[in-house]
Amino acid sequence: MNIFFDQTINGLVIGNIYALMAVGLALIFGTANLINFAHGSVYMAGAYVGWTCVTYFGFPLFLTFLVVMLFCALLGMLIERVGLRPLQNSARIAPLLATIGISFILDQLAQIIFSPQPLALPPLISTKRFSLGATSIGVLDILIASVSLISGALLYVFLRYTRMGWAIRATAQDRDAAQQMGVDVNRVNQVTFAIASALGGLSGMLVAMYFNVLTPTMGFQAGLKGFAAGLIGGLGNVPGAIIGSLLLGLIESYGVALLGSSYRNLFAFVILLVVLVLKPNGIFSKGRQLPPEPMTGTFIASSKPVQIPRSVLIGVSVLAFLLPIISNNYWLSVFTTALLYGILALSLTLVAGTAGLMSIGHAGLLAIGGYTSALLSLRLGLPFALALLLAACVTAILGMLLVMPAFRLRGHYVSIATIGIGEIVSLTILNWESLTGGPVGLMNIPPPSLFGFEFYSNRSLYWLSLVLLLGLALLQWQLVRSHIGRTLRAIREDEVAAQAYGINLNRYKGIAFAASGFIAGIAGVILTHSYTYINNETFNNTISVLALTMVILGGRGNIIGSILGAGLLIVIPELLRDVLGESFIVYRMLLYGLLLVLFVRWRPQGLLGTV
Amino acid sequence: MSLLEVKNLTRSFGGLTAVNDVSFSLEEGELISVIGPNGAGKTTLFNLITRFDQVDSGQIIFNGEDITNLGPELLVGRGMARTFQHGRVFGNLSVLDNVLVGAHSRLSAVRPRIPFPLLGALGETLLALLRPKRVQEEEEALRAEAFEILALFNDRLIPRADQPTYSLSYANRRRTEIARALASRPKLLLLDEPTAGMNPTETAEMLELIRLLKNQGITILLIEHKLSLVMQLSDRVIVMDEGHVIAHGLPEDVRHDPRVIEAYLGHSSQTSRPESELEEDLQVRV
Repeated sequence: MNIFFDQTINGLVIGNIYALMAVGLALIFGTANLINFAHGSVYMAGAYVGWTCVTYFGFPLFLTFLVVMLFCALLGMLIERVGLRPLQNSARIAPLLATIGISFILDQLAQIIFSPQPLALPPLISTKRFSLGATSIGVLDILIASVSLISGALLYVFLRYTRMGWAIRATAQDRDAAQQMGVDVNRVNQVTFAIASALGGLSGMLVAMYFNVLTPTMGFQAGLKGFAAGLIGGLGNVPGAIIGSLLLGLIESYGVALLGSSYRNLFAFVILLVVLVLKPNGIFSKGRQLPPEPMTGTFIASSKPVQIPRSVLIGVSVLAFLLPIISNNYWLSVFTTALLYGILALSLTLVAGTAGLMSIGHAGLLAIGGYTSALLSLRLGLPFALALLLAACVTAILGMLLVMPAFRLRGHYVSIATIGIGEIVSLTILNWESLTGGPVGLMNIPPPSLFGFEFYSNRSLYWLSLVLLLGLALLQWQLVRSHIGRTLRAIREDEVAAQAYGINLNRYKGIAFAASGFIAGIAGVILTHSYTYINNETFNNTISVLALTMVILGGRGNIIGSILGAGLLIVIPELLRDVLGESFIVYRMLLYGLLLVLFVRWRPQGLLGTV
Repeated sequence: MSLLEVKNLTRSFGGLTAVNDVSFSLEEGELISVIGPNGAGKTTLFNLITRFDQVDSGQIIFNGEDITNLGPELLVGRGMARTFQHGRVFGNLSVLDNVLVGAHSRLSAVRPRIPFPLLGALGETLLALLRPKRVQEEEEALRAEAFEILALFNDRLIPRADQPTYSLSYANRRRTEIARALASRPKLLLLDEPTAGMNPTETAEMLELIRLLKNQGITILLIEHKLSLVMQLSDRVIVMDEGHVIAHGLPEDVRHDPRVIEAYLGHSSQTSRPESELEEDLQVRV
């Protein structure tokens, strides 16, 4: 019974911290109609700013909180200025992509400035605990609860009784009408981002104090949990977000007590998916709603794709085959990586481009493919060719089944759902130790081999990857120019009209994800066997965002574009490393995030155009 | 036997009953227009018949089959096609591809009828990839047919067949939508304000087209605000107001029905004016 009370207190305290995140996300979703993916990074920034204040400057706690909130408010305003305001008339997915890019940049900056290693905070407050009947409560618990209660109360007063608060609520209800009545909606967005980010940063600082650990990647999962909490109460609904957060905190707390702490995040993401699928408007919503009319043609940037003559394509392919004759081993391995990422980008561009389902969990497919074939080779001793084929099929089927519950979602919701699915895959791998080896992973995976020939050398691995890439690209081209490609593009443009013409949405989304899984599975298999080991971190969410950047760079749905995007993003950083020296490599990820933001802003159709 | 029978259809949103106990039937080859002021429930009625909205009560029978609980994607294969009020073309697809999507339900060589959904989808994917002769021929035949349909619109669409529809004028997008509907070879065609946003010349062209379709034997249910078009084309007219059918009959009878005039012009203020003036007004305003 004591444990129950302890976990209840824990759950409510953690729930309070989530509430600070979720309220911010709800405010931004309400006024800007945007799921702000950079919010988790703001939270991370808050923790690091707090850490700096405490350890470097020795600020007292209260001052630290003020500095954290001020810094994060400014950061939030910057995000609004860069990621939202210039993109208001672009495709609806543009601000979402921009905030993903910004989030990537912030996380990488933190790694560069503070190193990727976890940091700890010195003890800031008394660890005294007060007995409370059957349980006890610590000073920190009381602090967290009072900070969130005070912030909540201040926010309520602000929204309810100030002119700016009115303007924010008016904008959330009807943006156009508010603008008509003279509300400066840009300023409203700016203020909203400032408040939301100040709360998010404070939340990060409190979490860092509560768990006594900070990492540059802590924001990613926290941001996702903020969405989960907000979704439970209905996105954009501030009181709902608070109730959702407390519920999520409690569920997590009880779950951890029952199953162990490595399951902590799994609860949030499973709840995220269940709510998205069953009650996408939150558990308090009622009534059936008609699907809103989409702004036809605004979801994807419209453009005419660049036509590349067939002779050029054949010429480039022939040159690619001849490349190993002149290239050294180092560059060959770079090109091999580019080819394998090309396969990944092909796979992603089929769902994110052709079918318009912005998947941000594609690394999960690589992991499924890699683990399946590694296990088939190691445990069952299957020959590589068979393991490759089976792994691709398993990835196709699992990939489709995992995403199937999310088929009824659209737009931004697909992105959140696929991130959640990617995290669930990764956490399942981490926790299913008997099969996957958990964090230790699988080692001594045999290199690719066919008919007794082992692809040990860089040269042979390069040729294998090239043949696979070209073969898969041709298959995908054949698929996209068939009625299936036409049908998928119709679904992307307008699901309702597609349905009116007899298109079974689930069937074709299923085909898209299965084909995409098959292709990604192959990339995962070759990558894993060439690394000869795999663990739960080998294919992390960074790779999902990288793949997305490749697809945006090349032009969504554009087969040649995706290969070009992969080639550029892998080869350019290596060229820069050659020119600028070894130290450049830490900035590589920064470059990816920056490219994503720049392309979304200046060339949303990518280099070769959307197909 | 009626092609379409609508029995006591009701649908409410919260406190508002958008469609209230509506019944009518549509004979084969007939053209019925549904008119009424904005917000009368016409489009909701369309959404219910085409299964995009759930009925609260009532029954819809199409071609002898109860379709009240079918999914919207199952109707086009049974011979019912629709257009949308504000035009919903696939913006990034070419005009030709838009029309070919309309023929989706007629694809048979490439879509094997396998009862298990997974195997069926796999078979369809493999056929699309391998493209045997039958599949190629089917695609070619549909393409040729699509051009025949485009030719119905004189030279409005043919020269633009390969252009993406987002680059077309509003009127041409509406035409593309109708072409797409025709590609499904419908028995019943539901047109939701096909001439909205069109100038008089374009409207006249559309009138001729609808007449042509009617003469080809297609049964048509039409929502339209331009009364002159309605009067020229319709076999019968249904007038809706606030969810109810307030008049139902031959175009000439409906036109002189005082309830119709009242619904269009308001309920009290202008009753002192002579009826002929009201009718003129009706022509101008709607």
